[in-house]
Amino acid sequence: MSSALSTGRLGLQIRLPHATFAVSCDADQGGAKQISTRFDTDAKRGLTLISPTAIYVLLLLAVPLATIFAFSFWSQDFLSIDRTLTLKNYREAFTDPIYRVFLLRSLWISGVVTVVTVVLAFPIAYFVSFHVPPERKALWIFLITIPFWTSYLLRAFLWKVILGFNGVLNSGLLGLGLIDEPLTFILYNTNAVVITLAHAFAPFTILPIYVALEKIDRSLLEASQDLGEGTARTFFRVTLPLAMPGVVAATLIVFIPTIGDYVTPRLVGGPDGLMIANMIQTQFLKLNNAPMGAALSVLAMGAVTLISLIFLFANRRFLK
Amino acid sequence: MSSIISLSGIQKYYGDYHALRGIDLEIKQGEFFSLLGPSGCGKTTLLRVIAGFEDVSEGVLLLDGADMARVPANKRPTNMVFQSYAIFPHLTVGQNVAFGLRKKGLSKDDMAKAAAEALEMVGLAGYGDRAAHALSGGQRQRVALARALVLKPKVLLLDEPLSALDKKMREQMQGELRRLQRQVGITFILVTHDQEEALIMSDRIAVMFEGEIAQMASPQELYRRPATRRVGEFIGVMNFLEAKQTGTSEKTINFDVEGLGAAEIGIDQFPEGARASADVVGLRPEALSILFEGQKSTGRVADATVQDLAYYGDMTYYEVTLEGSSTPVTISMKNLISRPVLERGTKTRVQWDERSLVIFAA
Repeated sequence: MSSALSTGRLGLQIRLPHATFAVSCDADQGGAKQISTRFDTDAKRGLTLISPTAIYVLLLLAVPLATIFAFSFWSQDFLSIDRTLTLKNYREAFTDPIYRVFLLRSLWISGVVTVVTVVLAFPIAYFVSFHVPPERKALWIFLITIPFWTSYLLRAFLWKVILGFNGVLNSGLLGLGLIDEPLTFILYNTNAVVITLAHAFAPFTILPIYVALEKIDRSLLEASQDLGEGTARTFFRVTLPLAMPGVVAATLIVFIPTIGDYVTPRLVGGPDGLMIANMIQTQFLKLNNAPMGAALSVLAMGAVTLISLIFLFANRRFLK
Repeated sequence: MSSIISLSGIQKYYGDYHALRGIDLEIKQGEFFSLLGPSGCGKTTLLRVIAGFEDVSEGVLLLDGADMARVPANKRPTNMVFQSYAIFPHLTVGQNVAFGLRKKGLSKDDMAKAAAEALEMVGLAGYGDRAAHALSGGQRQRVALARALVLKPKVLLLDEPLSALDKKMREQMQGELRRLQRQVGITFILVTHDQEEALIMSDRIAVMFEGEIAQMASPQELYRRPATRRVGEFIGVMNFLEAKQTGTSEKTINFDVEGLGAAEIGIDQFPEGARASADVVGLRPEALSILFEGQKSTGRVADATVQDLAYYGDMTYYEVTLEGSSTPVTISMKNLISRPVLERGTKTRVQWDERSLVIFAA
């Protein structure tokens, strides 16, 4: 036993129930004390290992977040910041209709983008997982990630070229004689924002759904057939419920960041397609009202968090 | 008794690979039938053909008299216990068992009742509300059984259902499966690579090698009279000794067997078509016995030397060489209180019975 204690592996062992049992049998000769010191050493080593990342995260995420939070309770006094705590910004955010319009529109656009992306991504993930031969799956996944080789900004610009008044889509359709005049509902409005964002986030949704589908034991599908269910029923009774962790992950991966997106609405959204992030940017940079911008940021984060938690709660039975 | 399953001329190709090479098989209603063979012999493929997961390249499959050629798996009167059990992880035990009942048009209460009864039958009464992922291996196996049996299939297919269990559990389940089969009276087809399991559980066994059935017989017949050397080797332990034909009489054929000497073998011991080609004979370990000092022989006797031994507690397995032969021969002896366990190198005598010599057809 003493040799086992000196190997330094015990920190790992004592997390296993049977090993704990084995240790406690010998604990009468000061063994327990020795274990606790060992464990501290292990914990120290662990903390050392994670500290660079932890410090990085703390400095670049926690501190700015806390700053934003603090700012939202301060107020702008012409050129200087008044640091007396006040709810003035929040009061304004809730009473002035413009902020409500922006926030609700953002939530609506994010919701639509999420639904469109996930609904379109599922068949692709399903196809790659179930119908592509195993040796080609890696190639398919690789091809799906190709859009990432270009910067996000460039892709948003390209959609402008595609969807524009004299853009690729319109001139193509005009040339084919399918339309008589250029379509205008596809650029500088929320539709354009949805199309561009859905394209940008497609790989993010395909991958988690694909992983969830890959994890499904194929014999479960055979079992469902064996028990009398056809293809469609098998999909709804077995495949889809088991793919739900991936669908939930995909949904959150799209929904959470799209709320805060401001590049795409700026480029292709026109005046009607602007989102809360554009308003926040305006507050910080143009109106020089950082506290108001901070308050809007906090509200946007709060709304996303709340909706995400409700969504997770609604799907909790799939996430066990 | 009528055939519940009838296979004739079943061929299965995977590209160039010839997985099943002309399988003919009749399985009777209520039979416990085993497909036994080493891995890759086609036994699982054959089971999946019956279940409808693989289509046949050639041949006819009748299930209870009906041609299954165009019938998909979900419309066949068979149910399967998968090797991995395939328990739906997102459902409770009760929902798993009731999964196939949706089609039967039962009310919710009737479905719950049927599921509860099925669970009780496999010894899991009251487990209905448990999460499927919280079950042990043996319990998963029982749930898989209940889920298949609750649909009252005409044939239950079992794909190596016990291979994932530890030895104790496996032995217990072997007995339970056998009892359950007698109780429900459904035809069971078991795929296994474990010859002992097949012998213990089956009414009849088909031994398969390379996509063909090498022999189909009852467990006793299979053990006592393996048709080929390969079957003899696969089932239990068998010693093989060279033999030369020295003469024939009306009811016997005389052989000179390596290390054992002259043997008169009755013609009834020969399987069909074996007479001319017999140059090797088989002998089970229990067909030979060591003559301990002071013991009188009751049969033919040969001299031998103990080369090695394995002590099993109740039995000792000796590896001996017979005088005038270098082939190692295995002998199993029950350990009685009056019997010593011989040491390596001991010279001894062995006694054997020519009636237990096995002649192979090929």
